[in-house]
Amino acid sequence: MSDVKKFMFVNRKAPYGTIYALESLEVVLITAAFDQDVSLVFMDDGVYQLKKGQQTKGIEIKNFSPTYRALEDYDVEKLYVEQESLTSRGLTEDDLLVGVTVLSRAEMGALMDQQDVVLSF
Amino acid sequence: MANIEVDGKSYETDEEGYLINLTDWNTEVAKYIATTESVDMTEQHWEVINFLREYFEEYQIAPAVRVLTKAIGKKLGAEKGTSEYLYGLFPYGPGKQACKIAGLPKPTGCV
Amino acid sequence: MLHIINKSPSNNSALENCLSIAASGEILLIEDAVYAATKGNAFEAKLRDAMGHLKVYVLQPDLDARGMGDRLVEGVTAVDYGGFVDLTISNNTCQSWL
Repeated sequence: MSDVKKFMFVNRKAPYGTIYALESLEVVLITAAFDQDVSLVFMDDGVYQLKKGQQTKGIEIKNFSPTYRALEDYDVEKLYVEQESLTSRGLTEDDLLVGVTVLSRAEMGALMDQQDVVLSF
Repeated sequence: MANIEVDGKSYETDEEGYLINLTDWNTEVAKYIATTESVDMTEQHWEVINFLREYFEEYQIAPAVRVLTKAIGKKLGAEKGTSEYLYGLFPYGPGKQACKIAGLPKPTGCV
Repeated sequence: MLHIINKSPSNNSALENCLSIAASGEILLIEDAVYAATKGNAFEAKLRDAMGHLKVYVLQPDLDARGMGDRLVEGVTAVDYGGFVDLTISNNTCQSWL
């Protein structure tokens, strides 16, 4: 179909400290209803959104990290994480709560260039 | 903001009748909300309600209708994973009515 | 003096600037600043340097919320909300770096 556009959501903020991560997730779930080609990118502090073991009871904010595991049900299956961002935060792919594709900074840049729409959070 | 009264106890809801506090939910409240929606609860209805509650417990969201339909088909059998089946149970929309009866927020992506 | 920081060190210069000014006293890391005190973070070395002359605390509920409870840098003290209040009382002045 020619009217399918490539949408990329770029997530660069840690969860809870600001509202960006949650807002992005909600927009992604809504966008998923429109049958577009959706990619999610997690880089810089955004990689923290996918960290396993989040327990938010103490700060009385909803723990929305389980929702990333529902993305598959919404046919959002392209999740990309930048290697350099993981490394400089002491994280590895095993620390993440969903299956992702890890890309280098250069590969991420190339992927970004292929998109029709890029939304940054 | 509004309130519903079940067994002498008052529960907060929003203006559309969705429970404000997810922990307020119990089967009596569910039955009451079902009557306000003119839904006659059967075993098939409860099956969907329980499925929705489990889905929410695991993923912290109420699934969009399309997602619910697919997931129900996987869990409860293909013959139940169709919009005909789900709309048969909840004529005004499984997302809207079933989520309300299940004590969940409105599905994300539902306008 | 108690310095309170709430921004991630990789996204904001508040912590770095604070460390370059504060010669002594205590620092409390809250919200996204708790990442600065997690093992393997690029900021770890700078934080360890600062710990020679500053006492560093993190707010435990913020660490747990971010799934980082098990990777706190040694020598950093975790406090709960009660401990947060105690720090604001035991120090004569507090500065929240925005």
